[in-house]
Amino acid sequence: MRIETPLARVRGLGSAKEGTEHWWMQRLTAILLVPLGLWFVSGIWWLVMQGASHDAVVDWMRGPVTATLFILFAATTFYHLKLGMQVVIEDYVHNKKMKWTMLIGLSLGCFIAGASCVYSVLAIALRG
Amino acid sequence: MVEFVLPKNSRVKTGKHHAAADGAKKKRRFKIYRYDPDSGENPRTDTYEIDMGACGPMVLDALIKIKNEVDATLTFRRSCREGICGSCAMNIDGTNTLACIKPVEEVKGDEVKIYPLPHMSVIKDLVPDMTHFYAQYASIEPWLKADSPAPANSERLQSPEDRAKLDGLYECILCACCSTSCPSYWWNSDRYLGPAILLQAYRWLVDSRDEAKGDRLDMLEDPFRVYRCHTIMNCARTCPKGLNPAKAIAEIKKMMVLRR
Repeated sequence: MRIETPLARVRGLGSAKEGTEHWWMQRLTAILLVPLGLWFVSGIWWLVMQGASHDAVVDWMRGPVTATLFILFAATTFYHLKLGMQVVIEDYVHNKKMKWTMLIGLSLGCFIAGASCVYSVLAIALRG
Repeated sequence: MVEFVLPKNSRVKTGKHHAAADGAKKKRRFKIYRYDPDSGENPRTDTYEIDMGACGPMVLDALIKIKNEVDATLTFRRSCREGICGSCAMNIDGTNTLACIKPVEEVKGDEVKIYPLPHMSVIKDLVPDMTHFYAQYASIEPWLKADSPAPANSERLQSPEDRAKLDGLYECILCACCSTSCPSYWWNSDRYLGPAILLQAYRWLVDSRDEAKGDRLDMLEDPFRVYRCHTIMNCARTCPKGLNPAKAIAEIKKMMVLRR
């Protein structure tokens, strides 16, 4: 049992002095993902529609603009995913151990997935 | 804490039925949440039939009539009966509002369902425990803070334009209808301040006479205190005074970004 005044309970450990950066980046990445997402879907659609061969797809991905957009799309997607899922976990998961396990897993997972996407694009684009 | 099922001792059972007196002409049925902490029993819903021909038009009139004439044990808060004290905030027909300014006629269907404000600890019947809510209000230090002394022979001046910025904010009566309608507040009220308190915080942030805006924003800069607001908008929809707490919270977020 803990005897605390209501005000002590509300003040808790004080303000975390962060949150705005998270909120702002979530909005910025959301806006950035609109054109990037449209580009990605229409690009894939165009390749599928013309029944492109494996070589044609690889050729397309090696273009400097395409490769840059691909890297941007992957990085932004996984960053945005991390920010969004973090909010969902903080909202709904109240068991402390579970919450921190999920948050750390989410950060690592998104970082690894994003890094491997970037590596894959670079490997295709820069292979001689 | 997210809880989708009520704990066993909180499950609501069906309670007593009080039929209207003989000769009642305009019968209306009220289904009211009852909880008596002394009885050790589960909460229940009692139904009361009231003759609206001999009752005032508002839900509060019906509650007072029930307490006076049918069941004196029915417990609820009320004071001003004109929508300015905020005491009689409760959940009527599924929406948080003030019983004193909610006409019974506006409730469709054959039953008027009345529950306490959602997701609050219930002290008795329709009386929720507001301790935490008021402590949250105290935590934003809701008073004018200025280091500069007030002018010797006058008040602290404010232009009509700056005064107008407080419109839509000063009218808040802290009835807690908005906060207790907010899912983010349901799940995280231990740390999230909720729409009512944040609207009050913005009322001081936007006051041209206040000199502590930076400190106020520092105090709010927190993933939980402000940023649990996901613009669900239940607050604006339910506010019995027609205010828009969600907009006030959005303005706070804007201030946070603009000061970077």
